[in-house]
Amino acid sequence: MTAPVDSFRHGLWQANPGLVQLLGLCPLLAVSTTMINGLGLGLATLAVITATNVLVSATRHWLHQDLRLPFFVLLIATLVTGVDLIFQAWFFDLHANLGLFIPLIVTNCVILGRAEAFASKNPVLLSLADGVGHGLGFAGVLVLLGGLRELFGRGTLLHGAEQLFGPGAAGLEIVFLQSQQGLLLASLPPGAFLALALLVALRNRLTRDRRAAPARSASQTS
Amino acid sequence: MSRDRMRAVAILVAVAMVAAGGLALLQSQTAERIRINESQRVLAKLRDVLPAPNRYNNAPQLDVLPVNADALGDETLPVYRARLDGVPVATVLTAVAPNGYVDEIRLIVGVDTDGGITGVRVLEHRETPGLGDGIQTDRSDWILAFDGRRIDDLPSTGWALRRDGGDFDHLTGATITSRAVVKAVSRAVQYYAENEAALFRPVDVPANPLESQPR
Repeated sequence: MTAPVDSFRHGLWQANPGLVQLLGLCPLLAVSTTMINGLGLGLATLAVITATNVLVSATRHWLHQDLRLPFFVLLIATLVTGVDLIFQAWFFDLHANLGLFIPLIVTNCVILGRAEAFASKNPVLLSLADGVGHGLGFAGVLVLLGGLRELFGRGTLLHGAEQLFGPGAAGLEIVFLQSQQGLLLASLPPGAFLALALLVALRNRLTRDRRAAPARSASQTS
Repeated sequence: MSRDRMRAVAILVAVAMVAAGGLALLQSQTAERIRINESQRVLAKLRDVLPAPNRYNNAPQLDVLPVNADALGDETLPVYRARLDGVPVATVLTAVAPNGYVDEIRLIVGVDTDGGITGVRVLEHRETPGLGDGIQTDRSDWILAFDGRRIDDLPSTGWALRRDGGDFDHLTGATITSRAVVKAVSRAVQYYAENEAALFRPVDVPANPLESQPR
């Protein structure tokens, strides 16, 4: 049974929301100042997109066509509000960092897009795989981008790990460069665009190499 | 309306009610935790600017006097009071510097009953990373220069940057930011000196959820 695996890989790589579809860029660029911030928002988005996909898929037969969009919006808003409350209760410091961007997950078009384009037409297992794939794809880009910007901007990695994993994780922070300043550009918004561009270019490079291999060229377009 | 439509509306209403119910349940489960989190976050910030914790035994984050004074900012701002067995020990004023480089800068200024500054910290700012963010303690020690200062230590011209003829260094590359903070702190301390007695007047103190917590 390869279908769920394909759906998963589709979201994670072929149609990665951050690098290929370029959806949800606002939180992607604003929050990715550190790896932990990126991971926090990535996990929140992953939870919401997975739950949305599963619920939309499970209810797809008894939902009237006209009701689809209001239902999706209601569902996503509910889930995001729930995630927001959970973050406030258990990851309070991280919530303070991510601020407005948790409620703004509602507006992440990847979520509505997958609900409409995929989950409303496919069985639950496939939709689950699709949701996890896209969610992880998005979270992965957030973590990579956050890691890059943190490394160049602050000279550290995993700064603030205790906000996500509890006080015991404070020692996880890796300091590469004991510097107060770092490369300022990486912390500023333009740095986010540059880093994202680098990642997109890197991904394009990787797929082009594969595409160049014979007999695989057709299967890469999706 | 057709029967189909009626059914559709009924489903949507039912879904909305389930969603609202679920959220209400979640909210009731998390409300207490969130309230304690917020209260503790405020306390953690206040501790940075208050005297040593053994010098007060109330919960200053809950002993709040709302103050509306031009010297502090053009909105109603909280003043937190620390007491030892009911006797005033220190206050933490919230002050807004309206003239930061990018935007206003929100500060807390701890002042003990001698009129000496026990600490100044930045609550919120949008100053330039790498330059103006030196007002944060994790970026530079600049803001510690206020510790121990008293309003009457210096002539009023002393509450300014050295380059303006005053007594405070400025952050390299962030003169405007530094100037805004010095001015806001001096206004706050001045305000404290003029209103000391009134700042400790009682207000209805809400129940204290942290009383049993270790200080």
